[in-house]
Amino acid sequence: MKEKLYKLIFMVLAFASLLFLLGIVFILFKESLPIFSKVNIGKFIFGRFWYPTYSPPEFGILPLILASAWVTLGAILVCVPLGVGSALYLNELAGPKQRAILKPLVELLASVPSVVFGFFGMVIVTPFLQKVFNLPTGLTALNASLVLGVMATPTVCSIAEDALNYVPKSFREASFALGADRWQTLTQVVIPAAGSGISTAIILGMSRAIGETMTVLMVAGGAAVIPHTFLEPVRPMTAAIAAEMGEAPVGSSHYHALFAIALILFLVTFIFNIIAEIVSRRFRIKLGLSG
Amino acid sequence: MKNAIKMFMVLNLVFGFALTGYAGGPYGVDERKVIIEGSTTVLPIAQAAAETFMRQNPDTEIVVRGGGSGVGIASLIDKNCDIADSSRAIKDSELDKAVTNGVNPKAHVIAMDGLAVIVNPTNPLNALSRKQIRDIYTGNISNWKDLGGNDQKIVVVSRDSSSGTFEAFGVLVLEGQKTRPDALMQASNQAVASVVVHTQGAIGYVGLGYLNSEVKALRVDGILPSKETVLTDKYPVSRPLYMYTNGTATGTTRDFIDFIMSKEGQKIVDEQGYVGLK
Repeated sequence: MKEKLYKLIFMVLAFASLLFLLGIVFILFKESLPIFSKVNIGKFIFGRFWYPTYSPPEFGILPLILASAWVTLGAILVCVPLGVGSALYLNELAGPKQRAILKPLVELLASVPSVVFGFFGMVIVTPFLQKVFNLPTGLTALNASLVLGVMATPTVCSIAEDALNYVPKSFREASFALGADRWQTLTQVVIPAAGSGISTAIILGMSRAIGETMTVLMVAGGAAVIPHTFLEPVRPMTAAIAAEMGEAPVGSSHYHALFAIALILFLVTFIFNIIAEIVSRRFRIKLGLSG
Repeated sequence: MKNAIKMFMVLNLVFGFALTGYAGGPYGVDERKVIIEGSTTVLPIAQAAAETFMRQNPDTEIVVRGGGSGVGIASLIDKNCDIADSSRAIKDSELDKAVTNGVNPKAHVIAMDGLAVIVNPTNPLNALSRKQIRDIYTGNISNWKDLGGNDQKIVVVSRDSSSGTFEAFGVLVLEGQKTRPDALMQASNQAVASVVVHTQGAIGYVGLGYLNSEVKALRVDGILPSKETVLTDKYPVSRPLYMYTNGTATGTTRDFIDFIMSKEGQKIVDEQGYVGLK
């Protein structure tokens, strides 16, 4: 009887996150659908102007979507070489002592609060970019990309390193036995074997970057224009929601439009996570681990 | 899933506040319940004052809602609220409608709203006209040399479009025209000031309470912004903020307005970045 009770309690706990997820999805749909009776969904997504508080308001979120896309792309260009590179070093080259120090340090980077990264971006990166590129302002997509890239590095490194670790020792031994050197073994055996695991790492890094809010709010500049280069200020979706939600009257079109942005953002990260899950499952099957 | 959880936390915050805002007291004590609705510019004052007022008078309940000046006044006319916050005087059309409904709107000026136009201290300019500022913000002028300054691109900094500060600036300076889309939209007065401090070519605007020695406030139409020039209505980028009641306020509504007009209430006005009347 007692055992059954414990089982029940833990089952409830296990299903709680499912309940939260369903609740979020429900609220997101409920609060965002009203906007589409006022604005055509195509015009909402592909509209070029975000003037939510003028009359008549304009709810075009293309600049916000593209801003998120640019910043995420930029962050990937930073965190993939850094994350995968450090994972390769940790797994293949570092001695056990180095590894014991480096790996926790990389993971420590993940625990730095994002507002601290934001400050770092504002105070250090902004004036630096301003000087180097002779810009009117250093608050740009590039700034956000650099800071987000560093923030996503631990995610990428940690998961990529796990993936490399899962490659069975026998693969390497077989490769060496065939006369391959270390470089050949790494590029032609280990990396292909860990490939989908590394892809998972990159995708999760992407969803980390696209969902980040505080940092982009602080360093991306906040101008809702379609970006043409990395050196322009941008306004990613998360920043728009965070900055405007507090003062949008509850139940107004602006309020519903912000929820619709959140819904789009949620669907994007949801898809990223599903892709990551599928890819990593394939990876486990390929290595003969249980699927 | 991490992101989903994060989003849930945000939602929880948002709804948590919404719920506490609407938590109803026991029925039958309506005498002690005051509903305030209207301008988002006045909202921070009303909200902060309501919190302090309710702490001092635990048996009262003040509900504060935004919606905009027009919404608040319409609600007062329909007798759906006790106090309408407004950042403009009531219009004749609204007054007519009120009279037909048997409502007698009475204005209480509770604070002044004054915005300083600020630039980086290295900027040689000291004064601009409202027309020049409008041309900068709408994108007609984009280099300081066109205004007699250095040959430097103007970085336009603005508050977020949902803030009352943005709305006030739009009315008082831009006269309803749109801010250029590439303006840097910042989430707070402090953020605007901080960008201006760190950016040589920047121009921004902040509530008078947020001026500091690291930025330079410009004369607008020849007048330097200060508490005095705002209160005497000489400084052009300023306006009175109103609370409208139906007839002479009574009961808790009167107590609340008296509280805002008191020294303590006016201190809250100053703390929120507006200009207190005393």
